[in-house]
Amino acid sequence: MTNAIEYSLAELMICANASAYDNDGEVLVTGIGVLPRIAASLAMLSNNTDIMMTDSEAWLLSEPNPIGPRPADFRQKNETWMGFSRIFDNVWSGKRHLTGGPTQIDRFAQANISALGSDYRQPKVQMLGVRGFPGNSICHANSYLVPQHSTRVFVEGECDVVCTIGFNPERLPKGYSFDEIDVRQVYTNLGVFDFRGPDRQMQIVSLHPGVTVEEVQANTGFPVHVPDTIVETAPPTEAQLEIIRRIDPHNLRSKQLKDNPPGVRA
Amino acid sequence: MNKEMALSSFASELRDGMTIGVGGWGPRRKPMALIREILKSDVKDLTIVAYGGADVGMLCAAGKVKKVVFAFVSLDFIPLEPFFRAARQNGDVEVMEIDEGMMLLGLRAAAWGSPFIPTRIGLGTDVIRHNPELKVIDSPYDDKEWLAMPALKLDAALIHVDRADRRGVCQIKGPDIYMDDWMARAAAKTYVSCEEIVESDYFADEDEARFVFWERTMTSAVIPVAGGAHPTSCSPLYGFDVPHFKEYNAFAKEGGFAAYFDKYINGRSEEDYQQAVGGLDAIRKLALPVY
Repeated sequence: MTNAIEYSLAELMICANASAYDNDGEVLVTGIGVLPRIAASLAMLSNNTDIMMTDSEAWLLSEPNPIGPRPADFRQKNETWMGFSRIFDNVWSGKRHLTGGPTQIDRFAQANISALGSDYRQPKVQMLGVRGFPGNSICHANSYLVPQHSTRVFVEGECDVVCTIGFNPERLPKGYSFDEIDVRQVYTNLGVFDFRGPDRQMQIVSLHPGVTVEEVQANTGFPVHVPDTIVETAPPTEAQLEIIRRIDPHNLRSKQLKDNPPGVRA
Repeated sequence: MNKEMALSSFASELRDGMTIGVGGWGPRRKPMALIREILKSDVKDLTIVAYGGADVGMLCAAGKVKKVVFAFVSLDFIPLEPFFRAARQNGDVEVMEIDEGMMLLGLRAAAWGSPFIPTRIGLGTDVIRHNPELKVIDSPYDDKEWLAMPALKLDAALIHVDRADRRGVCQIKGPDIYMDDWMARAAAKTYVSCEEIVESDYFADEDEARFVFWERTMTSAVIPVAGGAHPTSCSPLYGFDVPHFKEYNAFAKEGGFAAYFDKYINGRSEEDYQQAVGGLDAIRKLALPVY
């Protein structure tokens, strides 16, 4: 494995996100959005070939589809029908790991994609709606990817609309334990995080090259736990970059982060 | 039994205050010709249950909606439906915002004649905080609490399919049927628009009969409208109309829904509408989306 010397921050985030699935075994992996989708595909083509993946429409694939326009003679490798109702059967079985991109994440690992503002009856900004987030969060593993780590995303209070069950003791349903809630990792432009700090506090897992603890804390609306030793996020390997170029032949990944910054800061 | 109905007769079947389920998903295979008939009618105060797209946006913008039961309202490539967004931000509509899977369970409960289906989904989230009608119950079998997802009983379901016979045998050849079968089963009456009417013998071939997902007793009326899903898709026959949706979206920023309605729908028949958007041949040539 040869580490790449030159790579973009988007490619670094893709490889970090792909590692989320290394030990998942045979589960349905869903990456919502360009970077998470490339990451999921990379994982299926490298470290976890047991992963199941859909075509984002109605079929389960034995090989991920490249992202973006495809040649006219392209034939995807279907292995079974997987319409939306069957997706729910899978979700409720727990055999799934999703990486989504919420607009807000709070200190309880709760996420929001529904709406912004303090008045739910008349939100300041209506977004998607809760979609499948409530079910995802209580049924299976979830990770999140945040392109722009800021206090607007990592909010000081609770999310304006709490779409996922997280680790707020006031919301824990009767008979349930937080051990049943499987929030994995959060991948941002600054680093990799999880909620396995003291009392399920968000903590630093690794920081991207050149990023400081101070920068993370200044851009997070709540205290982040800082472990004794902090590693640098592992760089992509040349082999990973080669797979990424195959999955993303139109280089859509270069348009996901503002100005497509390099992985190692200049 | 001949269930064929003219499109022009459809809207008079509906009453103010009805709960109406709309099939399809986002910009995919929505019964838009039926929606346009509602927009032109006097029907109002509707509760709409949908995996929502422009169907929900248009009905809200036209003041037809009292309440929306939804998990999302989206046009896919335009993530936020502009007129639903405006209706919410103006506080114009009541909502019951639930998880996508909860909606499926609610439709199944209605279809099965069960008052509710227990689920973990929604627990610990604002779904239960914002919907006081959702009750949490104890289980007779374990020590956990469960959300009792109530039946979503529909007065009417509106669905668009590829083809149907006059008795109400409906076929969907697209890659996904979404929750259309459950919408049909949850409804007192199901109105199906179709691209094509076929003779019953068409289904004698089991490769055709396999694409029928509910029994004809669940279909109340069959309304032939070729191109009737436009501007949404009816895969494999046609994709969604990207330029049309972009124009629709632009009206939300300038002109408002009234300008869109006047340009394409108000005072026009479905034939007029199709001419205004380029004709049926052009609709049938719309490229299928690549996901």
